[in-house]
Amino acid sequence: MGKSQLSLQEVREMIVSVSHKMIASKDRLTQADKAIGDGDHGIGMARGFENVLKKVEGQEFSSLEALFKTVGMALLTSIGGASGAVFGTLFRGAAENLKGQVVLTAPVFSRILRDGLKAVKDRGHARPGDKTMVDALEPAAVEARNQEAAPLDVALAAIAEAARLGLEKTKGMVAAVGKAKTLGERSLGHPDPGAVSMALILDFMKEYVEESRRLPLVSS
Amino acid sequence: MRRAKKVINDPKNVVAELLEGMVEACHGRIRPLSTVQALVKADIRKDKVGLLIGGGSGHEPVFPGFIGDNLADGAACGNIFAAPTPDIILEVTKAVDQGKGVLYLYGNYAGDNMNFDIAAEMAEDDGIAVKTVRVWDDVASAPPERASERRGIAGDLFVIKIAGAAAAVLGSLEDVYRIAAKARDSVRSMGVAVAAGSIPETGEPTFELPEDEIEIGMGLHGEPGVAREKLLPADPLVEKMMDEILADLPFRKGDEVALLVNDLGSTTMMELLIVNRKVRQILRERGMAVHDTVIGSYCTCQEMAGFSITLLKLDDELKKYYDQPAASLGYTKR
Repeated sequence: MGKSQLSLQEVREMIVSVSHKMIASKDRLTQADKAIGDGDHGIGMARGFENVLKKVEGQEFSSLEALFKTVGMALLTSIGGASGAVFGTLFRGAAENLKGQVVLTAPVFSRILRDGLKAVKDRGHARPGDKTMVDALEPAAVEARNQEAAPLDVALAAIAEAARLGLEKTKGMVAAVGKAKTLGERSLGHPDPGAVSMALILDFMKEYVEESRRLPLVSS
Repeated sequence: MRRAKKVINDPKNVVAELLEGMVEACHGRIRPLSTVQALVKADIRKDKVGLLIGGGSGHEPVFPGFIGDNLADGAACGNIFAAPTPDIILEVTKAVDQGKGVLYLYGNYAGDNMNFDIAAEMAEDDGIAVKTVRVWDDVASAPPERASERRGIAGDLFVIKIAGAAAAVLGSLEDVYRIAAKARDSVRSMGVAVAAGSIPETGEPTFELPEDEIEIGMGLHGEPGVAREKLLPADPLVEKMMDEILADLPFRKGDEVALLVNDLGSTTMMELLIVNRKVRQILRERGMAVHDTVIGSYCTCQEMAGFSITLLKLDDELKKYYDQPAASLGYTKR
C-alpha cells in the first residue's frame, strides 16, 4: 500500500531527517565544489542545515507555510554567498501558496516545486542549461506535475530520479552563471555542486517517505 | 601542495578577528553591530542618506575599511570570498538609515546581487527606502555591450568615494543614486595576476598560474582574463592594459581622469610606481590630464601578486564630489 500523504508533523520530521543527511554529506559536497568552485559549498550547506535543525527540531508549526518559511530563513541567514540566497529562496518561494496547508500530498508537493523553482529563477535569473541547481530542480518540478495523481511515495521516487538525471546532465554543461562561469570550458565533466545538493535534498525526502512507509504511522 | 604561510589564529575566526582589529584601529570612529558580522560609523549625521557597502571578506581594506567621513556609513561583511547574508545587510540598513533611505553599493557578483536584493526587499517591508548601484568596472570580464555582466574590482574605491561625498551633502536618495550611478558608469579598470593568493581556511591557492606566466585581466578570485602569457616587462604590460581600458569608455583626448594603481596583495610599491610612470606617459601622449593619483593596496585578494589600473573620467559635477576631503582606515583624501 503506497503512502499517499504526510501530516504536518511528519513533514517536519522529514525536514529533520534531510538536515541530518545533508550535514553528513558535507565532504561529498565540498569535493564536488573543489572541482569547479572554491570548495566551500559543503561547509556552507552543513552550516545551513545545522541552523535548520536549531529552528525546526522540537518546534510546533501551524502550517506547511510556516514550516517552509522557517526552513528558508534558516538557510538564507546562515549559508551566505550564492548558495544561501538560492536555497533560502527555494524554501521561502515554496511556502508562497501553502497558507493553512497541513497535509503534504503529491499535488501539494508539485505546487511546492513549481513555486520554489519560479522564485529561484526570478531571483538568480539562471536558465536551464546554465549548469546550476535549476538543472536538477526544473526536471523535478516537471516530473512532479506528471505525478500529481500518484501516491506521494510513488511521486517522490519519480521526482528524485528526475532530479538525479538532471544532475547527471550538468556534467556536460559549461557554467554560464555564478562563480563557476569564470571557468568556462574547464567546468565540463564535473557536476554542478548546487545541482548535487538539490538532487540530494529530494533523494533524502524520498528516503524518509520510503522508511516511514515501513513504520507505523506517527500519531500527531 | 605547499600551504601558504599566514599570521592567523583559528582559520574559522579570521573574519571576526579582522573586524575586531579594524574597530580597534579606528579609535571609536567605527563600531561593530552586536548581533551580526558588520561595522558601522559611530556618529552618523541625522537626516543624511545612508551609504551601505559590503561583500565577501578577504579583500581588505575593501569593504569595511572604507567606512568613514564622507565615505560609507556601514559595511555588511560576508565570510571569506562569500557574499554577506540578507539578515546582516538588513541589520546594517537599519543601523545606518536616518529616515532618508539607504543606497546599497557593492561589486557585481551573483551571490552579492541576490543577497542584497533580498535584503532590499526586507528593508522596503520595514519601510526603509533602498536603491542599488552595482560596480562593474572590470573591462576584461565581458564586452562593453554586456557591461552589466562585468565584475566589480578596484573601481569600487572611486565609486564609494563619489557616493560618500554625495551622500554627505545631497538630501535625497534619488540624487545620491544618480551621482553614484554616474560615477559607476565613468569608471573602468583592468588587472593582471602574477601569482595567486590563498584561501585562509585551507591555505590553498585560489588559482593555478605557472611560475613564468601572468594572466592579463584575471579577476580577484582567479576568474579568467583576456590573455595568459609569459611575464612581460612593465612597460609593454601597461601598454596592453591601457589600450583595453582607454578604448572601452572610451577615454578621449582632453579628458580629465582620476587614476588608481592598485596592488592586489603582494606587489611592491616599487613596482606600482614603475607602473604609474608608464601610465602617466601614455596618458600624456594621448592628451589626457590626471587630476589625482591614488597608489597602494585598496582592493586585494590575500597575497595575490599583481596590480590593477583604474581610471575615473571626471566632469565638473563628479569632480566636485571627488575633491571633498574624506577619511577612513583604508582611504583618506585631503
